Amino acid sequence: MNNAVELLTSTSEWQDIAPLLSVRELNKFYAPGKGCGDINFDLYPGEVLGIVGESGSGKSTLLSCLSARLTPDSGQVLYNSEQFGEMDLYAGEESQRRVLMRSEWGIVHQHARDGLRMNVSAGANIGERLMAVGERHYGDIRAKAEEWLTAVEIDTGRIDDRPSQFSGGMQQRLQIARNLVTHPKLIFMDEPTGGLDVSVQAKLLDLLRNLVSRLGLSVIIVTHDLAVARLLAHRLIVMRRGAVVETGLTDQVLDDPQHPYTQLLVSSILQN
Amino acid sequence: MTANQLMIDVSGVEKAFTLHNQGGASFGVLDNASLQVQAGECVVLHGQSGAGKSTFLKALYANYSVDSGAIRLRDGEQMVDITSALPRRIIALRRQTLGYVSQFLRVIPRVSTLEVVMQPLLDLGVDAARCEAKAKDLLQRLNVPERLWSLAPGTFSGGEQQRVNIARGFIVDYPVLLLDEPTASLDATNRKVVVELIREAKARGAAIVGIFHDEDVREAVADRLVDIKAI
Repeated sequence: MNNAVELLTSTSEWQDIAPLLSVRELNKFYAPGKGCGDINFDLYPGEVLGIVGESGSGKSTLLSCLSARLTPDSGQVLYNSEQFGEMDLYAGEESQRRVLMRSEWGIVHQHARDGLRMNVSAGANIGERLMAVGERHYGDIRAKAEEWLTAVEIDTGRIDDRPSQFSGGMQQRLQIARNLVTHPKLIFMDEPTGGLDVSVQAKLLDLLRNLVSRLGLSVIIVTHDLAVARLLAHRLIVMRRGAVVETGLTDQVLDDPQHPYTQLLVSSILQN
Repeated sequence: MTANQLMIDVSGVEKAFTLHNQGGASFGVLDNASLQVQAGECVVLHGQSGAGKSTFLKALYANYSVDSGAIRLRDGEQMVDITSALPRRIIALRRQTLGYVSQFLRVIPRVSTLEVVMQPLLDLGVDAARCEAKAKDLLQRLNVPERLWSLAPGTFSGGEQQRVNIARGFIVDYPVLLLDEPTASLDATNRKVVVELIREAKARGAAIVGIFHDEDVREAVADRLVDIKAI
């Protein structure tokens, strides 16, 4: 089992762990009410944090700010980096942020085409990230690409095909493989199951759940699907109109929601 | 765990539900609830339907929040107040200390019955072969036919799913165990198996709080009956 997970379950040492990511007084508004503001939270190693809320609630804006893709108006995002130590993301060098994005971090976009290079092979999509962190040996790169294709349940016989020849679900799994091949510590996911068929969604969710627990990944996942949040997230942040209205343990927020908006959100799910 | 060690210490718990989208209707369910449970003891809650038994049990699992009061659970040498603990502390507690068994299985698509049952023990880092052996033993005892073990329980009957869920709930030897009507609508044979499992848990020192509607189960496991309105 991964170290982070062991630490999380150890009773004596759990309180001594430093957060992986800390967000302090973060604000980013495009216009009044559009964006996100007054955001504060800590993410600990091995934790999966879900950000839920309706479209336009500021979830994706927040995710972009957290993952160094959108400079906030004010506030800090502090990250505990393996390579650079404690760093204030937006106070640091742009080059450092770029290094993080291709090594310690992974970003899984809602639309696989935003996270893949559609005109090069599946193998090259995975290999590219390995080369970005200094891997040079062709045989090793190809072997790792095959290993990861298998891990995300894509037939290795498709290694030389382009993602444009893949189905939506396969593209999404390829995007996940491309991200995980460099063993990142922190993954950002924006609606990873959005736009997929229900049957394909289930397969992807199961895969994500297994990978996350097996690798002890820390994840921040934006979703409007509360079932996805329940399955994957340890903890939730509920957003509405750019503000956090409720936070807490996932099942507590979903089963005993306190804020009127969360109650509305939860009671709107169809029961089967 | 030693006998007479305090495992659960609930004091002055208040809980009301406010339905903001239904005219802000508010109703109190728990009023100054207090309860102490020792290691090896099984407390059975009783009271009418709607009296708050399940709410109380869910509060003990931190599945429901409370408005005031303290719920302290033993975790090794420490007593942890779950009303104020951080989410990750509660998750750690649930992993190794605090078990909850209801009559409903939350089905995860594509995951086999055996894996569903093994998972909580695997998450503790226990060797897969041992997890599998224990899972098989529990499934066998609960009369879940072996031909179903490799299948995902999504398509099973209600009773089969319920027994899979009980196996999952008993795979880890949790020091604190919460049982929310796990025997509801089980046949007599399987009720007996659950009674055995509860007795074994008591014998190893688990503190148990349960809700049981079957009188035979209640009689067989309860050290104390507690009226939810009186706690």
